Amino acid sequence: MQVTSPQFRQNAHDALADAQLQKAMGHVRSGFIDKRRTAVEALPEFDALRDSARAIKDHTLANLDLYLTAYEEKVTAAGGTVHWAETAAEARGIVLDICRMHNAGTVTKGKSMITEEIELNDFLEASGIRAVETDLGEYIIQLRGEHPSHIIAPAVHLNREQVEADFRRVHADLPQERDLSDPASLLGEARRVLRRKYFEADVGITGANFLVAETGSSIIVTNEGNGDLTQILPRVHIVIASIEKVVPTLEDAAQILRVLARSATGQEMSVYTTVSTGPRRPGDPDGPDEYHVILLDNGRSAMLGTEFQDMLRCIRCGACMNHCPVYHAVGGHAYGWVYPGPMGAVLTPSLVGIDKAGHLPNASTFCGRCESVCPMRIPLPKMMRHWREREWERGLNPAVVRSGLKFWAWFARRPALYHLATWLAFPLLAAAGGRKRRFRFLPLARGWVRYRDMPAPQGRTFMQQWRDRDTLKQAGPT
Amino acid sequence: MSAREAILGKVRRALDAGGNAGRLDGVWQRLMEAPAGVIPARAQLAPQARIELFCAMARQAAATVERVAGEEAVPAAVTAYLRSRNLAARVRMGGDRRLKQMPWVDERALQVRHGPSDGSDEASVSHAAAGIAETGTLALFSGKENPTTLNFLPDHHIVVIDAADIGADLEAAMRTIRARYGKGEMPRTVNFITGPSRSGDIEQKLLLGAHGPRALHIIVVDG
Repeated sequence: MQVTSPQFRQNAHDALADAQLQKAMGHVRSGFIDKRRTAVEALPEFDALRDSARAIKDHTLANLDLYLTAYEEKVTAAGGTVHWAETAAEARGIVLDICRMHNAGTVTKGKSMITEEIELNDFLEASGIRAVETDLGEYIIQLRGEHPSHIIAPAVHLNREQVEADFRRVHADLPQERDLSDPASLLGEARRVLRRKYFEADVGITGANFLVAETGSSIIVTNEGNGDLTQILPRVHIVIASIEKVVPTLEDAAQILRVLARSATGQEMSVYTTVSTGPRRPGDPDGPDEYHVILLDNGRSAMLGTEFQDMLRCIRCGACMNHCPVYHAVGGHAYGWVYPGPMGAVLTPSLVGIDKAGHLPNASTFCGRCESVCPMRIPLPKMMRHWREREWERGLNPAVVRSGLKFWAWFARRPALYHLATWLAFPLLAAAGGRKRRFRFLPLARGWVRYRDMPAPQGRTFMQQWRDRDTLKQAGPT
Repeated sequence: MSAREAILGKVRRALDAGGNAGRLDGVWQRLMEAPAGVIPARAQLAPQARIELFCAMARQAAATVERVAGEEAVPAAVTAYLRSRNLAARVRMGGDRRLKQMPWVDERALQVRHGPSDGSDEASVSHAAAGIAETGTLALFSGKENPTTLNFLPDHHIVVIDAADIGADLEAAMRTIRARYGKGEMPRTVNFITGPSRSGDIEQKLLLGAHGPRALHIIVVDG
């Protein structure tokens, strides 16, 4: 997938003018936030579980090499095969080798962000293997040739009418006069079409929410049941997971599961939490004959031991973007790569480079809602600030920003001049604001006032008020 | 150098891990002892209250739940469920020992087929290994007698569970797994199931019956 993060400003501009997108984003603002709040309020231990989940991941990351090798040993003992891949290209190559070995013509896929990250579908298609997405949202965007705009609700940027049009276009063998006016009829049609695919597929590919070192298991968490059909019907099951997905024990997975579903969809527990260990056992009536796990690094190890290590705690619940005013306004595609929202603003520069993704950590109001809802207590705003600092150090900001900030720094370091200037400017600006006490036009900031007015200063400056406070204090209590 | 060695090398250098001795002990201890973390108080209840919480939470997740007095009442309950949904009197099930003991022959009209599903079954019957009161979740273990396809392909999934197997929390289900398979060992598949399948992918509208069962019916066997 081409990284369009460098064009974030244009992307965001287009998104704000996109009526379909703006309508669809209304569902994010209303849906996710209320559901999460209700679920969190129903569990008094929620914050204690967040602390517990954070401690588990911190402990695991501090011993990542040991847990990965312990995990590998258990997978092998259960009859599975572990493959290691440093890069996306290596991971794709391993998938292709396995598919070729089994003469695979069709693979089905459970929803997996890691396979988006390594652009697996395009690669398989180019190699003559058909990759079929089976999650409803993923299926819809695959029909449209798009990428997910949200990490747990990939088609959240679309409206029902758009999905109906796509189904009529692609399912051309079905009667044109059929009624698809109800979302349920769209779901029913996707169910019927995809049922055949599960049985046709030679290989099923899923991601993993967790890898358990204690047992050598991979865990997927889903609501639709497509991930399970993807992994039990074909002869081969391939799990692709990045190295930070490992947790020590089943109990540790249980702790994090409790915060995952509530933070993501506001459910007490997702419908299907499936723990898979190795291939079909002797005597088992169903299940895959082969079980492969691809452990992918793709930039994670370079985050360890840096100020971005905390990001490796992320469990991909999507709560940060569900609560982000910037994400609400522009949607996920504007971010220009696989991971949108606040977690994307931190992760994307780590994985594709700050030179390409510099706009993302700047696309934040630092309101702090992302950190306040993050189940893993990842300090997202702080890490966005780290990226801004790195961007500055490397001289990547545009000249206007750099000279503007330099001028401001020069000014702010001369308090007498600064106070004089604000003391002079204040009444002038207040007067210029007119009776409505606000500006509808500002030179140099036309974009800002296009969507709102700028309040004019009123009363006295901060420094004047601060001095009064000091005077009062010195006078002592009355 | 293999990718494995390269990745592990990068991780070790980044962690500045030096000697492993101290770390190894901590890791092995955690893997062996599997300490429990924060356990919600919600399900720490006496047995009857725990079973009631299980039923309530399962209903909240859009499952239907009924309680029967003993295992001999299960076949009749299955027949009644199929009739109430206007389904053919036909189910598929695995060879689970507890299901086998039930008097299916008494249900003359009911056709019982065995083995994994090929996708043509309308209804299946499974026996759960454990229940989780905290969230109304069922735990099903795959094995010779318990095909996993029965949990996902039929439109209606009927799951029988002994009231005595309903534990308080996820951790209780983990203990059941360890007791049955041994420490660190697992069946091929453990399915934790909470309600029927669903999707919210179109305009955030919650719709039941995505790719898995459209309906989940739980029969709790008391006594």
